[in-house]
Amino acid sequence: MSRPTDPPTTTSTIVTPAPVHEAPRIVSRTGPGKFLADTGAVFTREILLVLRDPFTLIFSLLQPLIFLGLFGPLLTGTFGGGFGGEGASTADTLQWFVPGVIVMISLFGTSMAGSNLLYEIMTGSYERVLATPLDRSAILVGRALKEFAPLLVQGLLIAVVCIPFGFRFHVLPALTGLVLLGIFGIGVGALSHSLAQAAKGREWLFWGVQQSLLFPLLILSGMMLPLEAAPSWMQTAALFNPLTYMVDAERALFAGTFDDPAVLWGAVAAAVTCAVGLVVGIRSTRRAV
Amino acid sequence: MIRARGLTKTFRRGKEVVEAVKGIDVDVAEGELVAFLGPNGAGKSTTLRMLTSLLEPTAGEAEVAGHDVARSPAQVRARIGFIGQGNGGGFSYRVRDELHNQGRFYGLSSAVYTERAADLLAALELGGLEKRSVQSLSGGQRRRLDVALGLMNHPPLLFLDEPTTGLDPHSRANLWEHISAMRERYGMTVVLTTHYLDEADSMAERVVVIDHGQIIADAAPDALKREHADDRLTLVVDGDEAAVRQALPVGLGEVTTRPHDGGLMVQVATAHGAAALPGAIEALRLAGVPTTSADVRRASLDDVFLNLTGRSLREEAAA
Repeated sequence: MSRPTDPPTTTSTIVTPAPVHEAPRIVSRTGPGKFLADTGAVFTREILLVLRDPFTLIFSLLQPLIFLGLFGPLLTGTFGGGFGGEGASTADTLQWFVPGVIVMISLFGTSMAGSNLLYEIMTGSYERVLATPLDRSAILVGRALKEFAPLLVQGLLIAVVCIPFGFRFHVLPALTGLVLLGIFGIGVGALSHSLAQAAKGREWLFWGVQQSLLFPLLILSGMMLPLEAAPSWMQTAALFNPLTYMVDAERALFAGTFDDPAVLWGAVAAAVTCAVGLVVGIRSTRRAV
Repeated sequence: MIRARGLTKTFRRGKEVVEAVKGIDVDVAEGELVAFLGPNGAGKSTTLRMLTSLLEPTAGEAEVAGHDVARSPAQVRARIGFIGQGNGGGFSYRVRDELHNQGRFYGLSSAVYTERAADLLAALELGGLEKRSVQSLSGGQRRRLDVALGLMNHPPLLFLDEPTTGLDPHSRANLWEHISAMRERYGMTVVLTTHYLDEADSMAERVVVIDHGQIIADAAPDALKREHADDRLTLVVDGDEAAVRQALPVGLGEVTTRPHDGGLMVQVATAHGAAALPGAIEALRLAGVPTTSADVRRASLDDVFLNLTGRSLREEAAA
């Protein structure tokens, strides 16, 4: 890799303007206002990466569609009767499968959030961020929200694409579902950041842990394949998986109903994940560097 | 600006407990330019990180820019600039975006950070690179961007951790020009760490020598050299040893001699080499011992380090 070299400069080219000696303008907001402003600042920095390079967004939009297009028909073929009785249609499969895919892409995005951080820890820019007066939890929340923002677009796009195939989309419950996922995602993102901080420079460790947790969580949530046919130990294990409650809640919400205990349990799972993630994340941020 | 007492940091690596910093007391007054000098692993950076609130001290306390680092770290961070060993600018980001981001991190309004960013880009010779990615900059440009990032909040106190490591001599000199200019411009107190002896010698007004997590000397470079090391006079004369020892003033310093090119090489370790030289030559001439060549090697900070620790900093840096 060749590095550009500095153009030759002589010391005489440096113009020293008259001393300013201005008093530094110290801004020290406190409380919730500061948290919101800081979260906004972190989010702005992160989202700039996507906005300056929209190709990444285009690919992240295509991915779930491909998954849906290839996996959906298989499900209809295999479990046809399981969704809505005799002569199960594509529509029934989608109604069951789409919420799962949306949860999945949210989990993929947020659980990988720490990988950007790995790079920033390595080059030193994370240290610079930590040296600023940013609220520590705002650093975590802002970064996690960056993974969540594209999800809103992805989720809506998937839903819209599926409508012609008979998918029924209920705006208010679906948006509520996305907000729940956002809260859940902040927790997962914060945990991913803690993992990146713990791995510190050992990239393989980050990916090793992330991958070996991701797939069991996915499968044990009944996201891709229904767990009804699973052995009882798997069904028991699923009860301890917060993702199970998220998937159930999303399915209820995307079916257009608020009036289902699954929604409440999903909200609890999201809130608990978020709280645990932030506590662990803030602790590891304090110990970082 | 800084008042630290008993600052201590111990790390736990498995069962082993590493004492990185062992109770450092240091005061820095407003307007000073202080260099922490020491070999790698001496505890310089760990000390700096505690002073910048990036690392929590195991024991001891420090007040920086009027606030306690452990109790109100955000207040400290708002009032200092920190330029770490790595590159502050995110590699995938654009130069101007990062400066604006930094402004937002300090809670500045967009009018203020836009103006400051433009101002610093010009002052640090980064004009024309606004839309380039940090990744595409040269080492020297990247380091100047780091300085710009560290100055976005116009801090009264600036910390630099090994600012010139990895730069070529030309970029090092250029960076120092800029740091000095910025210090003048904003009237900043500057604290830095370095293992470059010449840098500490020429740039710092005060050098704090750190070794094995402790301060072993703390003074202006000239005072350190006066106190802990001698200049060395080297004279080549036409005469014998007894005459030379007779002629040289008593108390000049330790004299050693050895034959050299048919004459005699005389070496004297003395505190004020340049001032002692004319007198020494004159004394020898009056005793009938002509001097054929003369040289003064001024004491270096490496001599200071060697005399204080028995080890040379140059060897440590090379290791």
